[in-house]
Amino acid sequence: MTSGISRRAFLKTSAVTAGSLVASGTLISKNSELKAAQPASEEPLVTLIDISKCIGCEACVEACREVNADQFPDPEKPFPKMYPTSTVPVEDWSDKTDVTDRLTPYNWLFIQQAQVMLDGDNVELNIPRRCMHCENPPCVKLCPWGALKQETNGLSRIDPDLCLGGAKCKTVCPWEIPQRQTGVGLYLDILPAFAGNGVMYKCNRCYQRLEKGQVPACIEVCPENVQIIGPRTQILEQAHALAKEMNGYIYGETENGGTHTIYVSPVPFDQLNQGIDTGKGKPHFQKVKNMMADGTLLAKAMIIAPFAGLFAAFGKYYLASREDKK
Amino acid sequence: MKILNNAGHKIFLVILFFMTLSGFSQMPIFKRYYIADIPGLGWLAQFYVTHMIHYIFAGLLIGFAAYMVLDSVFNKTGFKKISRTGYIKIWIIAGLMITGLVLVVKNLSGIYMGHSMIIFLDISHLFLCVLFLMVSLYSLIFKKPWQAD
Repeated sequence: MTSGISRRAFLKTSAVTAGSLVASGTLISKNSELKAAQPASEEPLVTLIDISKCIGCEACVEACREVNADQFPDPEKPFPKMYPTSTVPVEDWSDKTDVTDRLTPYNWLFIQQAQVMLDGDNVELNIPRRCMHCENPPCVKLCPWGALKQETNGLSRIDPDLCLGGAKCKTVCPWEIPQRQTGVGLYLDILPAFAGNGVMYKCNRCYQRLEKGQVPACIEVCPENVQIIGPRTQILEQAHALAKEMNGYIYGETENGGTHTIYVSPVPFDQLNQGIDTGKGKPHFQKVKNMMADGTLLAKAMIIAPFAGLFAAFGKYYLASREDKK
Repeated sequence: MKILNNAGHKIFLVILFFMTLSGFSQMPIFKRYYIADIPGLGWLAQFYVTHMIHYIFAGLLIGFAAYMVLDSVFNKTGFKKISRTGYIKIWIIAGLMITGLVLVVKNLSGIYMGHSMIIFLDISHLFLCVLFLMVSLYSLIFKKPWQAD
């Protein structure tokens, strides 16, 4: 099964979905609505995740794995020896494809559990975690090979045919989202011993489904309508209204200069961050500054550089001509 | 008369050195090959730091290039004095500056460049840098200065 959603996942959700489709005109959770909403706006699409609704059933995780199964790595073994061995870790998830409690090359979305206090009660919240799809994604902008791209609808994705697995995208990602599988990809055809180390994988927000006007699989199968997708302005309005309604908090609107994923939570995100397991493949909920801001500032400052050079040359000529007159 | 005095030449070399070093450090190679482990060179594995350094020296290179162009116009004989390898290197630097500037624009928020365009820019920027290093090595070995005799 590569492109559809399995009967099991569908049945798991359809009964509930039928009864709980969002009635609001601004919410976009199903195919026809997305198609209708997208052309009307040139804005990027943003997803809104209502943490209070998630029951942690993992229907989204299952759907994600099924829809994207044909994109998962199929590494050649044994892996070519890579040098120097101490600085080039072999990362092999091909024997652990069933892991669903963190991000892996075979699991682009997982449910993170948070133990938090809410209204005096100790409660467990479930949070779907995946790539945030930043407005100005460092992974896309800083990849030295152009192996990543950002589409006008706001998603960012890795081209598995170009990626060499250097993992720079993971290093520069504030949430360290991309995950590496060794023994697959272009590096095998170049200098596998000395450059590259596989391919990086992460959520591509179901670009292939969005191209057809369908919503990402995780949104389609969710029995609780935890996620919705729509144009940025519309989703932000919705997020703020929802936050106001639940007296809650927003994450993703300003993090890393803004992302195309907005979380709304009934508890503050610093508390949520303390209540979750973070680490490898398990992203945090910390405040994140705009990682590309300094570069943007310097880019703007570059505009004065040619004028400074011209001014210096002119100054030199002017001073020399005054000397000549004397 | 020299196109560039000694101080100017040294500034030019420093700019080129840091541009090349910070440029190559955009690739994840310095950590892999222990270069970032050398005391004082740890910053070579910090991508945001090398990104800033590349931008700062890019700004200096633009300023330097603008200075050289206008100075050569005032100087009148400036362009005529440049050697053949010098001209080759100037055109390569011009190519590096143009592809680099488009990459700077690409990195701004809200700029969506086509994937083929991004790949072309990245690869040509790297190719031009390698070409520049090869021509510079040739000039050094066969003693071909920037200025013709």
